[in-house]
Amino acid sequence: MTQPVAQPLLTPDRTDGTPLLVVENLVKHFPVRGGVFNRVVGHVHAVNGVSFSINRGETIGVVGESGCGKSTLGKCVIRLQPCTSGKILYEGADITSLSHADMMPYRRKMQIIFQDPYSSLNPRLTVNALLREAIKFHHIVPTSEINDYIVHLIETVGLRPDVRSKFPHEFSGGQRQRLGIARALAVKPEFIVADEPVSALDVSIQAQVLNLLMDLKDKFGLTLLFVSHDLKVIEHFCDRVLVMYLGNLVEELRCDKLHDEALHPYTTALLGANPINDPDQRRPLVVLEGDVPSPFNPPIGCAFAGRCPKVMERCRHEMPPLESKHHGQRVACWAVD
Amino acid sequence: MNAPTNSTAAPVLSVRNLTTSFRTDMGIVTAIDGVSFDLAAGETLGIVGESGCGKTVTSKSIMRLLPEHLTIYGPDSEVLFEGSDLMKANERTMRRVRGDKIAMIFQEPMTSLNPVFRIGWQLEEALKYHTDLNRSERRERAIEMLRLVEIPNPEHRVREYPHQLSGGMRQRVMIAIALCCEPSILIADEPTTALDVTIQAQILDLMASLKKKLNTAIMLITHDLGVIAQVCDRVLVMYAGRVIEDASVHDIFYRPQHPYTQALLESIPRSGGKERGKRLPTIEGMVPSLHELPSGCRFSERCRYCEDRCVQEEPDLLRAEDGRRVRCHFPLSTDRTAAARGET
Ligand SMILES: Nc1ncnc2c1ncn2[C@@H]1O[C@H](COP(=O)(O)OP(=O)(O)OP(=O)(O)O)[C@@H](O)[C@H]1O
Ligand SMILES: Nc1ncnc2c1ncn2[C@@H]1O[C@H](COP(=O)(O)OP(=O)(O)OP(=O)(O)O)[C@@H](O)[C@H]1O
Ligand code: SF4
Ligand code: SF4
Ligand SMILES: [Mg+2]
Ligand SMILES: [Mg+2]
Repeated sequence: MTQPVAQPLLTPDRTDGTPLLVVENLVKHFPVRGGVFNRVVGHVHAVNGVSFSINRGETIGVVGESGCGKSTLGKCVIRLQPCTSGKILYEGADITSLSHADMMPYRRKMQIIFQDPYSSLNPRLTVNALLREAIKFHHIVPTSEINDYIVHLIETVGLRPDVRSKFPHEFSGGQRQRLGIARALAVKPEFIVADEPVSALDVSIQAQVLNLLMDLKDKFGLTLLFVSHDLKVIEHFCDRVLVMYLGNLVEELRCDKLHDEALHPYTTALLGANPINDPDQRRPLVVLEGDVPSPFNPPIGCAFAGRCPKVMERCRHEMPPLESKHHGQRVACWAVD
Repeated sequence: MNAPTNSTAAPVLSVRNLTTSFRTDMGIVTAIDGVSFDLAAGETLGIVGESGCGKTVTSKSIMRLLPEHLTIYGPDSEVLFEGSDLMKANERTMRRVRGDKIAMIFQEPMTSLNPVFRIGWQLEEALKYHTDLNRSERRERAIEMLRLVEIPNPEHRVREYPHQLSGGMRQRVMIAIALCCEPSILIADEPTTALDVTIQAQILDLMASLKKKLNTAIMLITHDLGVIAQVCDRVLVMYAGRVIEDASVHDIFYRPQHPYTQALLESIPRSGGKERGKRLPTIEGMVPSLHELPSGCRFSERCRYCEDRCVQEEPDLLRAEDGRRVRCHFPLSTDRTAAARGET
């Protein structure tokens, strides 16, 4: 009799425990100019000291309201944007301030899929040219094999090889998002930032793209930072989730614990405001009072204080620290002990 | 074509055989074809379907807001409202209907609010046009309306400009303007799509309480099936310009009869991450182009139950005894749906 083969629990190759990526205290401020002399009059605090790590093969979700800094975080982590301060370690090496030349090998390993499938592809390049460019630049395969490799890539993302001579505008939204994925995969990356890869797509096409990402994760052992404002998608797709509010990481927890163990009032509000796909489970949606504060002039204490149902006096002048709980959960809230 | 009648209330709006075509460079395309349905007072009707299936064209046809010179309505299209057919109404009547009787809110509030005028002024203009209140009464009513849509500090807010408000507040101002004259119908085309879930919750909550207070009938267009499940009474599913199913929200979610409705529901991740990491069922292929519609059932190329008859002849939208309607030669039985969902 054959013994059942032990199945890897979540995804393969997350064995040795060294995180693939460590982010320490990442800060990103954008200067805001104004006045007659166009001087810097202040800063948008887009990301405010965020720390986390990702293991190989893991998928981490990032969720939060529009403008809370999700895209900025994703771009800083792969150094598509310089950060104001903080540290980024990739496989233990500090890449925060590597020169352009020294950064080159990492550029290949880290890729991004952009939020908008309509504007992120160069409209003047055919699919073939689009993919060839990156493959040649990073010497992914010998020149003689490039054509075969492109066909293989296109098939991997579920398109027909005859699309090679087409331009981006000849594709539907879902197909364009597949091209964006093909372009990211072309250089054989290890780590991908997927910035709202399905938000612009129809529900039925969302499922196709999510399935594709899931297959690729299994096949290539990819590690993903998956940005989305849709909690249902995050829950379905990710292992852990980072909840951001106004540039701050307010909670981190495992997706399978999200419904039962979320502690931060903002995370609970997000869960409560998320409409359930079931007419027999109607419930009053959680409605928060107050408005989203501005990242231009963030409050001194807890950023959520203006809308938080559990707010206390202390919250208004003191920023709660991010504290560790069980199972790697971390929460920043004075009301949680 | 019979539309289901709501036994409790006479419909405030009856759409019959609404067919809308456009003149384009590639000839005439028919965007919606024979759309019929009723809307009862106080009812919230959801309209869902993939991008391009005709949801916006349906609502703009009802309001006659499409460019007249490019638009051709079918000869037997009727939009029956308060005893008359809006399809035959002149522009003057239509202008009174819009805003006074049937109000519409769109997805992007920033493009519908005028950026150079104060919020209060915009509300007062709407009141001036649709009511005979005097100036100070209008000012008072404007503040009252902002309070109704739960804008904090309305006395102060009337003096602000649109850019000084958050996205959620702007959308609430739009709703306030739409509701100025207590319309009997509110058409909301993706009113929360551009907003975050916490703000979306505010808007949905607001629409629910207005419906209670004013008995407004609501037509809610959204691609978010969670929103449909939480707020709608009945759902119209559209596909490639056709109504393909019309049933109560419970039946749509638990006993869909059209294969497209079934497939659409399967493709959304379950709430609570119940099937975390599993592949989602998908609908392969694409919506047919309006220029080359299949001769039979418009869903046939993607339907997993497609048979010869489906390719040859387009099914009619048939109405069952319980009032449900479905356009399919082989509507799904309850058992089949349950089996496909894996919940026998
Ligand atoms: N290049 C820039 N210059 C100035 N401000 C910026 C720049 N990029 C982003 N910001 C600001 O930083 C904040 C965070 O923006 P970011 O795009 O990261 O948000 P997000 O969470 O991705 O939002 P969304 O969900 O809308 O995509 C916002 O206030 C934004 O206006
Ligand atoms: N003025 C026009 N001229 C030609 N075709 C048009 C015009 N307006 C709409 N259409 C076509 O009619 C069809 C239905 O469009 P409609 O805007 O109603 O779709 P929808 O269901 O609202 O989609 P979405 O979910 O993307 O908003 C589409 O194929 C669209 O291209
Ligand atoms: S610190 Fe205070 S205001 Fe912030 S989330 Fe916790 S209870 Fe609410
Ligand atoms: S008519 Fe045939 S092809 Fe069309 S939905 Fe029904 S079973 Fe599918
Ligand atoms: Mg973003
Ligand atoms: Mg539309």
